[in-house]
Amino acid sequence: MHVVVVTKSTPDTAAKVTVDASGKPTWTEAMVINPWDEYAVTEAVLLKEAHKGQATILTVGTEEHNEALKQGLAIGLDQAARVWDDALVGADSLLYAKAVAAAIQKLGNADLVIFGKEFADLGSDVHVYQVARKLGYAVLGSVSKILEIDFSAKTIKVERMLEQGKQIVTSKLPAVIAVLKDINEPKYPSFIGIRKAAKAEIPVWSLADLGLDAGTRQTQVSAYTNPPKIEGEVEIIEGASAAEKAAKLADKLIEAKVI
Amino acid sequence: MANVFVWAEHFNGKLVQASREALGLGSTLGDVTALVFGKGVDEVVKEAFAYGAKKVIKADDATLADFRAEPYTALLSKVVKDNNPDFVLAAATVRGREVMGGASADLDVGILSDVTDLKVEGGKLVAARAVYSGKVISTEAYVGSGPQFATLRNRAFKALAPDTSRSGEVSSVAPVLSEDQIATKQVSFEESVGQVNLSDAAIIVSGGRGVGGPDGFKPVRELAAVLGGAVGASRATVDAGWIPYAHQVGQTGKVVSPDLYIACGISGAIQHQAGMRTSKTIVAINKDGEAPIFKLARYGVVHDLFEFLPELTKAFKERLGK
Repeated sequence: MHVVVVTKSTPDTAAKVTVDASGKPTWTEAMVINPWDEYAVTEAVLLKEAHKGQATILTVGTEEHNEALKQGLAIGLDQAARVWDDALVGADSLLYAKAVAAAIQKLGNADLVIFGKEFADLGSDVHVYQVARKLGYAVLGSVSKILEIDFSAKTIKVERMLEQGKQIVTSKLPAVIAVLKDINEPKYPSFIGIRKAAKAEIPVWSLADLGLDAGTRQTQVSAYTNPPKIEGEVEIIEGASAAEKAAKLADKLIEAKVI
Repeated sequence: MANVFVWAEHFNGKLVQASREALGLGSTLGDVTALVFGKGVDEVVKEAFAYGAKKVIKADDATLADFRAEPYTALLSKVVKDNNPDFVLAAATVRGREVMGGASADLDVGILSDVTDLKVEGGKLVAARAVYSGKVISTEAYVGSGPQFATLRNRAFKALAPDTSRSGEVSSVAPVLSEDQIATKQVSFEESVGQVNLSDAAIIVSGGRGVGGPDGFKPVRELAAVLGGAVGASRATVDAGWIPYAHQVGQTGKVVSPDLYIACGISGAIQHQAGMRTSKTIVAINKDGEAPIFKLARYGVVHDLFEFLPELTKAFKERLGK
């Protein structure tokens, strides 16, 4: 069996991100693996160990995304690959998804492709569904548990968390899934894992290597801005007792038509 | 007038609230055709007209009874290809993201996803999106050609007041895939009960580490019940096993923007803020007056939550006549 995890690096979750004078988002902290991908990587390691198979981690991006690849290798994935090409600067999700799908095809024999729920920095998961369609695989987003998986019969059964409740679904493999935090307890790298990952050779493929051209861009970022500041100072509700404060707060919320 | 298609999502015979919002926004951009896929959808068709559709294209078939991405995506792609509308909109729900992302790939067009604002400039969609966990807003524009896709964040747009006297032309289409061409099957659906649907909730009462344990959510739930709200939770309480993950608000949970967010015993870590900072009014209740949550809040109460919440619940009961 072969499982592929698709990842990227993002600013550390606690990082303060602001838009600088040139109009670009900027932060000081180090890049880390996209927080949702910790669950994707862990799930791939668990599957690979249970089914004695192979697991690959893949990114499309500049060298800074090696950070996410190395984290995946250090936790226990077998090999990594990176796609980069100057034509990918400012790529929209469609071109990104085409590159991911082509790289998965180049890796070959994928039974299951695992994404974290979304890319926390781009605030986007649309590539997950685009990759699935480009590969012609079934797609299951919002997966909170893999209930059964059989790589020889090529079937999977998962629990999905939808807005109204839990859906249990079966699918044929190969399939693409996007996983939630609930799916596992994330594994962290061991010292041996980190040393192994540091020495790993990671191939870099261009669009030409994947038989792709950049095509025409469909969507484009025109500006980044800092969100509006929350107006005004907090009003602390004072009172001699909990009951007095509660009465004041309830009155204020009703008066302000919040309730 | 622009020709606007809205994929109308429904559950248990009703449009989901976020789809009503999508119909509402669509009506401000042009003439809306609602796309209603399912089995036994006549009530949903009526509702789509009531919420602003001028026309409906429906597909009523057993293969579409349970939501599955493949048959829905294949059909959406075909309907859009055959009719070539200007804009294709849907709610950025779990199902909406799957279907719209998939169809955009089928048609090789771009998509503006999970947008919080959307307008048309020179015939092209221009959207605002929250990036870097809501720390930055990005303005993204459609620059390609072909039908322009966008998914809309829950509660970012207004639904029209429903008018059941509205109706219009309904046409039918057949599904693209037959059952044996579909790789997925729904085995079961377990509907969640009470206080969990955070995405649609107008009021959310959330508990953090300060609730102290699973039982500490009792006063949080009681307040939510009186206000008709949903119950949220910080990551710490979910990781501690005090409340299921479905309640988690924040970076690795749900992103919400209710009218009122009451944070009880939540310090307000940046990861939590990522999930709730766009709430319209934030109330912070915490015994530590230095907690970062007070920087986001409109109203603050520095008090022990176990003493304060029952009093607040009582105060609302009296005032709301419950």
